Amino acid sequence: MTALALKPRRVLRAPGLLAILAAILVGFALGARDFTTAANLTNIALQSSVLLLLALPMTFVVMTEGLDLSIGAVLSLASVVLAQVVVATGSVSLAVAAGLTVGAALGAVNGILIAFVRIPPFVATLGMLGIAQGLALIVSDGQSITGIPPSVDFVYEGRVLGAPLPILLMIAAYLLMHALLYRTRFGTYVIALGGNREALALAGVNWRVMLILVYALAGACAGFAGLLLTARLNAGHPTAGVGMEFDAIAAVALGGTSFEKGNGWLPGTLLGVLTIGVLHNGLNLLTIPSALQVCCIGLLVILIFLFEALRKETP
Amino acid sequence: MSSAAAPTSRLVLAPELVRLGVRLLAVIAIGVALSLLSNAFLSPVNLLNVLRQAALLFFMASGLTLVVITAGLDLSIGATIGLAACLAGTAIKATDEPLLGVVIALAVGGGVGLLNGLMVSLLRLPSFIATYGMLWVLQGLTYTYMAGSTVYGFSPGFRLLGNGYLLGAPIPVLAMGLLLLIGTLFTQRSVWGQQIYAIGANPISARLSGVPVKRRLVLVYTLSGVTAGFAALVFLARLNSAEADVGGSLTLPAIAAVLIGGASLFGGVGTLTGTFVGALLLTLVLNGMNLLHIGANWQPLVTGVIIIVAVGLDLHGGRRRA
Repeated sequence: MTALALKPRRVLRAPGLLAILAAILVGFALGARDFTTAANLTNIALQSSVLLLLALPMTFVVMTEGLDLSIGAVLSLASVVLAQVVVATGSVSLAVAAGLTVGAALGAVNGILIAFVRIPPFVATLGMLGIAQGLALIVSDGQSITGIPPSVDFVYEGRVLGAPLPILLMIAAYLLMHALLYRTRFGTYVIALGGNREALALAGVNWRVMLILVYALAGACAGFAGLLLTARLNAGHPTAGVGMEFDAIAAVALGGTSFEKGNGWLPGTLLGVLTIGVLHNGLNLLTIPSALQVCCIGLLVILIFLFEALRKETP
Repeated sequence: MSSAAAPTSRLVLAPELVRLGVRLLAVIAIGVALSLLSNAFLSPVNLLNVLRQAALLFFMASGLTLVVITAGLDLSIGATIGLAACLAGTAIKATDEPLLGVVIALAVGGGVGLLNGLMVSLLRLPSFIATYGMLWVLQGLTYTYMAGSTVYGFSPGFRLLGNGYLLGAPIPVLAMGLLLLIGTLFTQRSVWGQQIYAIGANPISARLSGVPVKRRLVLVYTLSGVTAGFAALVFLARLNSAEADVGGSLTLPAIAAVLIGGASLFGGVGTLTGTFVGALLLTLVLNGMNLLHIGANWQPLVTGVIIIVAVGLDLHGGRRRA
């Protein structure tokens, strides 16, 4: 099973990605002041934690030849729901459960629309983007929800054994997802969902349920990312996640997961997330406005697809 | 593949007419319900307002309809409107030359559409990915260009485009009628229009029967950009101001109008008349929510549900596809 993660064709892409990452790192180290300080590097890892939680399950979704445009909006919704629950009841565990449930439920609806109603993934999740964004605005009445207790902030600001908690969570999330994809039967099904769905059906696997689980997983992870972001902002905000699905898709594309035939590579997504985290951080230090950063990442994504398309033309 | 997609207009029209009739009935039903629920609905001011709003939606949705007929999608419409409105707005403000603004808006829209078309046809990128990347590039450019500022206060001459009257009818509504007429003639009666249907129904057979698929695809995405540019002008003239996030919330309603109008995301099916009815229906719903004091926060939710229901019905409403 591990062999899949180390298949030569995929690993061959790593040097390219590592070279991009290294070039960006060296560029910023030379060009931006304070980039290489320990505090800043920790900061990059901290800021990447939310993105990683979205990009890992997005890799699963893309591997099934799907796409989830709704996770940014689902993150926002989970963020305001859990903020309201914690403010109303004071119970952190109840709030976290509510956030995760909302995320998983909306994700499952995505999966049902795609697997059973057969709506193309990008349209079903685009509709869900509207629904989740609308719900987030309705639940919060368009306002930030403040008064979050310190026990929630601990998720983002806390330290365990000297290490920042989000970084530990990041490592745990990656290891968990890696094991899920490469060491379990479910992971094999995910890989087969994009590669050969018919074979899966002929083998007697209920692929529709598997697809629903993949989207529910994406929703639940968005809910968890909502917890991290709420802790970081110290508030639930109904538009906090706007556009985050784009960074997640960009990280997946950067990591070498193909949008056709379901060729995915999870370690690549990790590198992609770090690249985007470094890019945002470095451009911030150079005081490039965030809108222009988004523009840069958009161009980067188009370039990756361009490269991919050209590679297909010349085998 | 469906056989009903043969691109002769008569074959397409018969079932289309039935579907159109159903949608018109829905429009009338919503209209009657709203006139009972709200006293303000039937006032001439409100009805004209509905038509003006529907016109704006139709401008965006008309080009998008062509894209959807070719089995594609354009997610960059809202961002195109944002960039076109901001560039044209600042140009008009700086030079007091409305015509320059018109040229800029249409050129920006056409240029963006051309790039989309090239990415989809020459590089064979899936349209929703190419236009999604484009969305963020355009939005980044617009936000950077405006840097948080707003342009406002245009000359009355330019503003006629948004709230002027000609022969007793609002100019945007007249423009909508004209666009509907020309567009319908183009799609139903011209060779190019029929080729667009053929590409959506089956790109391979279209290519084999001599349709220049790539050139037509570029044309379709360019037209979608140009109609977005035109929508930006009307928007600018009506609001009398522009800021960077002007187009952000416009893409979802445009897609919803096209899908309610009966165009199929799987290509080969759809008419501009249908999209016109779709735009009217969606505007009535949103206007009704306004009149019944249901907050604007509900709009993305309702639009999202409508998109999903429309595609679900398209898939399972008697025209089931393999």
